Amino acid sequence: MSKPVEQATSATILFAGDSGDGMQLTGNQFTNTSALAGNDLATLPDFPAEIRAPAGTRAGVSGFQLQFSSQDIFTPGDEADVLVAMNPAALVASVHRLRDQGIVIINTDKFGERDLAKADLEENPLEDNTLDGFRVIEVQLSSLTKGAVDGLGLGAKEVDRCKNFFALGMTYWMFGRDPEFTENWIKGKFKDPYQAANIAALQAGINYADTVELFESSYEVPPAKLEPGTYRNINGNAALAMGMAAAAQLAKTKLFYGSYPITPASDVLHSLAKYKSYGVTTFQAEDEIAAVCSAIGASWAGAIGVTGTSGPGLALKGEALGLAMITELPLIIINVQRGGPSTGLPTKTEQSDLLMSQFGRNGESPMVILAACTPSDCFNTAIEAVRISLEYMVPVLLLTDGYIANGSEPWRLPEVDSLLPISNRKISENNNPGGNFLPYKRDPETLARPWAVPGTPGVEHRIGGLEKEEGTGNVSYDPQNHEYMCKMRAEKVARIANNLPEQEVFGPESGTLVLGWGSTYGSIRQAVRKAQSEGLDVAHAHLRHLNPFPKNLGEILSRYDKVIIPEINLGQLVKLVRMEYLIDAVSVPKIQGLPFKVQEIVDAIRQNTETQA
Amino acid sequence: MHDVNENQVESSEDEEVSYTKKDFMSDQTIRWCPGCGDYSILSQTQTVMSKLGVPREKFAVVSGIGCSSRFPYYMDTFGFHTIHGRAPAFASGAKCVNPELDLWVITGDGDGLSIGGNHFAHVLRRNVDMVYMLFNNRIYGLTKGQYSPTSEVGKVTKSTPLGSLDHPFNPLKFALGAGASFVARSVDVYAKDLRAALQEAHSHQGTSLVEIYQNCNIFNDLAFDDVVNRKVRDERVLFLSHGEPMTFGTDESPKGIRLNGTRPEVIELGDTYNESDCLVHDETDPVLAQILVEMDYPDYPVPMGVIRRVERSTYDDVFNAQVDLAVEKQGEPSLEKLIYGGHTWKVE
Repeated sequence: MSKPVEQATSATILFAGDSGDGMQLTGNQFTNTSALAGNDLATLPDFPAEIRAPAGTRAGVSGFQLQFSSQDIFTPGDEADVLVAMNPAALVASVHRLRDQGIVIINTDKFGERDLAKADLEENPLEDNTLDGFRVIEVQLSSLTKGAVDGLGLGAKEVDRCKNFFALGMTYWMFGRDPEFTENWIKGKFKDPYQAANIAALQAGINYADTVELFESSYEVPPAKLEPGTYRNINGNAALAMGMAAAAQLAKTKLFYGSYPITPASDVLHSLAKYKSYGVTTFQAEDEIAAVCSAIGASWAGAIGVTGTSGPGLALKGEALGLAMITELPLIIINVQRGGPSTGLPTKTEQSDLLMSQFGRNGESPMVILAACTPSDCFNTAIEAVRISLEYMVPVLLLTDGYIANGSEPWRLPEVDSLLPISNRKISENNNPGGNFLPYKRDPETLARPWAVPGTPGVEHRIGGLEKEEGTGNVSYDPQNHEYMCKMRAEKVARIANNLPEQEVFGPESGTLVLGWGSTYGSIRQAVRKAQSEGLDVAHAHLRHLNPFPKNLGEILSRYDKVIIPEINLGQLVKLVRMEYLIDAVSVPKIQGLPFKVQEIVDAIRQNTETQA
Repeated sequence: MHDVNENQVESSEDEEVSYTKKDFMSDQTIRWCPGCGDYSILSQTQTVMSKLGVPREKFAVVSGIGCSSRFPYYMDTFGFHTIHGRAPAFASGAKCVNPELDLWVITGDGDGLSIGGNHFAHVLRRNVDMVYMLFNNRIYGLTKGQYSPTSEVGKVTKSTPLGSLDHPFNPLKFALGAGASFVARSVDVYAKDLRAALQEAHSHQGTSLVEIYQNCNIFNDLAFDDVVNRKVRDERVLFLSHGEPMTFGTDESPKGIRLNGTRPEVIELGDTYNESDCLVHDETDPVLAQILVEMDYPDYPVPMGVIRRVERSTYDDVFNAQVDLAVEKQGEPSLEKLIYGGHTWKVE
């Protein structure tokens, strides 16, 4: 009865099925259960843009990969140890991600002739050499599920929908997971007969794996030695929304989120819509342009105006961002990047909007740019974006991407007292007694102008998109004034660097530096650790501040023989770094809609350190 | 028959603050062409605002791009000259977070109906509380004279040397389709009527659309002259008044509007017909509103005044009511609750 238990430090599991098979749900359940078991983890949901592509086709394959570990980890894993394939399309679309000798659990009930035809397969992959080199576990998932929920009063289609819980149960047994969390979740989510059926399917999956002679052993991935504290599992979009709500509380100011639904940013809108009691309001605008304009209007009227979108939406917002810049109002623009250009790859990740963020507006329009590097880091980055925007009266563009937006990790929650209040520049009286109010009278240190909110007596004034005269804010076509104002707006952004933390470096002070930004943090950090353990002289610096750069960045870069820059694009940060610091940085691009594998970066490090070795 | 030159505005009963028109004039030189209809609209607006009993700092004037959109610079109120066509979106955001503000949107036929047509529709259906002044001069002025969405077919301009091809847009008909709760029409130089229309618009809760026939004397001079000229207007303009029969014409030749089937018909008042045969204006009747916005010269007199006015909850009210409801349900906010609420676990 009892089978041997093998110890493992980490494991990667990939659930793959049809869009309607509930693979995202299954993955999330495994994630939360593993988090409760004390593992460190990272996830990679990977789904098609179509809501329900034709069932059984390759276009409709939805996957969820997660790595869980007894050590701290940074990525969802390069290769899967276990693949759960619900149909032939899922199998052929995912099997290349399985490691050599990896386990593949296959629902053989879905391998009839019609199923193979839907997946464009002439040969049955169970019978050709597709699965050579893997440990194949064939399970009649659909019929076993049917047996488990028989008599509970479900229709045939509803019965079939329970099979993901059967599969989940099998993986729970494989990794010795307690099903209690999922059972409670089912109880909260479903009423009978669905509640009873889903629990029965889950339990049947566990019992089946325990009883039959399919598995040689089960595995144990002990808890990780995580820093003591209170944790929650969180994805980037949820962390971003929570950070915005926290910022509203810290600033004691209303926050207004104007947005138009777009993948993969819509969940930020959904999350913020639930935070109305935290001083957050949401406005689903008629289009991307109205979304940003409503946010700017809200900022003008005294709230923290925030808009969120993905690449195509940012392109539409460009003109309005220029207005926010010249009127020097607070504004936060969230761009959850996705594959481009145009509609591109809506559900896949990419870092290809950095140059658009930096340059994508008419005229001289310097944009403050921040990038979050992990799902939970979105929380801190959101607060910092609001802080900078209110402190300097500038628009701030916050970059994340589909990978960290949908990916999740355990997050050690910050002490509430560690979050500092956010001040603003609202004024309650005329700053030029005896004369007209001066809306463009700047703070001498930060160059910020006052925030004179409509409704405040004595500070009535006009702003707009025409060039402003310094001080009065009146329309000015004066050539000298225009040059002065362009320089002031640039200088104001540049001065933000004075109050930024110094850039930190992980590793030696010379040799090779891997410079990254945004969501590549996990892959780079794990790769650099691995290369260091192999004796390579390599360090890692990861930028949160893309404009302005940290003040010490130039000095850091000058210390290294070689700087390599991995990015999920064709080389964008590398252009900015070369331009700014005149160094021969090496680009390591990848643009496949997927994050870097750790191994890909390790290889790049090796390649670029060969001459020194 | 209808006095349009009287220069008085009825004072608001809520006389907490007292202003003169001058209090609403900024120190900026006005840069519209001499003779532009915008001057009169600016002047009437300043006069009306001074009489509304609203503290000056509550006024927030938002515009897009175009000649008319320079308006905020000439008002000594809070003002925001935004980007082309998007003024309603800025105003909506401002009103939602700061419902105390008295918002006025200034737009034109190009700004509001062409590049900003989408926002025009959506602000009306949402019914965000604001006065929405649409300066219609049937031409693009600031870009020097191309045809606009309200130009007549065949308009010869620099961009259409052989005449324009596009069928013109009826903004009030569009507004009704978008669910507007207040629709009125006036004329730049009908000082008293314009002031009355603006006052009525201001007193209405919701998006109050006032289409203003405005003369561009440089690129489209006399565009509405056939209708609004004082020599012909008695015969060609129908001034509406809620609950009153629809009559127009001169003392010598009084006329009215009656309904024949579903079509309005001009009737001579005298031996055959009298006022009791005329349609009676009802601002709340949706079918009547549709009939009125279809009426145009030369077949009919052009209706002026409040065409439609119905009570409907404003977007800003329900927007903020949801916030109150959330606080009521979820209790007072705290960072502790925000971050530590939901599913968490402890690592010792």
